[in-house]
Amino acid sequence: METKNKKIVLALIIAAILIAVIPLFALKGAEFGSSDDAGSVMVEKIHGEYEPWFSPVLETLLDGELPGEVESLIFCVQTGIGVGILAFCLGRMYERKKLCKEDEAL
Amino acid sequence: MTRKQKKLIAGITVCSLMTGIYPAANAMHIMEGYLPVTFCIAWGVLCLPFAAAGFLKIKKTLAENPRAVTLLAMSGAFIFVISSLKIPSVTGSCSHMTGTGFGAILFGPCTVSVLGIIVLVFQAVLLAHGGLTTLGANTFSMAVAGPFVTYGIYKLCQKCRANRKAAVFLAASLGDLFTYCVTSVQLALAYPSESGGIAASAVKFLGVFAPTQIPLAIVEGLLTTAIVICLEAFAKSELKLIGYKGEA
Repeated sequence: METKNKKIVLALIIAAILIAVIPLFALKGAEFGSSDDAGSVMVEKIHGEYEPWFSPVLETLLDGELPGEVESLIFCVQTGIGVGILAFCLGRMYERKKLCKEDEAL
Repeated sequence: MTRKQKKLIAGITVCSLMTGIYPAANAMHIMEGYLPVTFCIAWGVLCLPFAAAGFLKIKKTLAENPRAVTLLAMSGAFIFVISSLKIPSVTGSCSHMTGTGFGAILFGPCTVSVLGIIVLVFQAVLLAHGGLTTLGANTFSMAVAGPFVTYGIYKLCQKCRANRKAAVFLAASLGDLFTYCVTSVQLALAYPSESGGIAASAVKFLGVFAPTQIPLAIVEGLLTTAIVICLEAFAKSELKLIGYKGEA
């Protein structure tokens, strides 16, 4: 990868991290709940009391909500698998390019 | 093709299938049971042609270039990672991104529709994010409307000979943002405000979703651009196979 592109990628990632982290410090004490909930609150504001007519299958099976820790586990598993596939493929491509260069040099 | 290569491709296929089977929490969706039955069905029917087109497109792409499966798996994996990251936003609430822009730029919007649907189903079942009844509506916003906007903007930028990195960034961010606009409109159609009708209601829902989503849309744009730059450096041959134009 060209040095210029390397720098761009690095800058992009740093910028992304900053955007994600800054609100945490800028808004101390904010709840950072899910905006899904904000959505359902808004439905109730506009519509009045609202009773969802169907509840998630898993919640019906569990007789309650998925425990928070388990939910974060599932989220982590999801991230891990995604990163694994991406890293595997990128690593393979990286090595391949390097090997091609060596062949040319010989 | 050597046996090793065959094994590798089989492995990647399994990985890409797993991408679909695992719960990817995309975006902030319409909650289970929060949409009247008629709307659920209507949005579902509206999505069917896109899903069918996407399925055929994937089949065709893979039949023509079996090697494209690497990039397909990576598009799925990208949606996977991006959508599992709940990021705090300036409004004091968290939301997550869609990650569909990357696939849309590489493969076109219909292919992403299929990836999106699989992801949405399992997410609805396992994580209780979104829902089975609202699947149609969520698919339309996340896996149809967003990717189409991304694709459209990207093609438009190519026509104008704009800087490619800027085009990718713009396309991915606006596609992400548009997903939330569509969600707002969908909710507004189902819950028109008593005083101002659908428009007033849409503005209210946008007020909830848009400010949260704008910074996240920018993050999605940045990350999508980063991965596209990486791919251009290391996967030129695969990109050429699927018709991605590196120099535009």
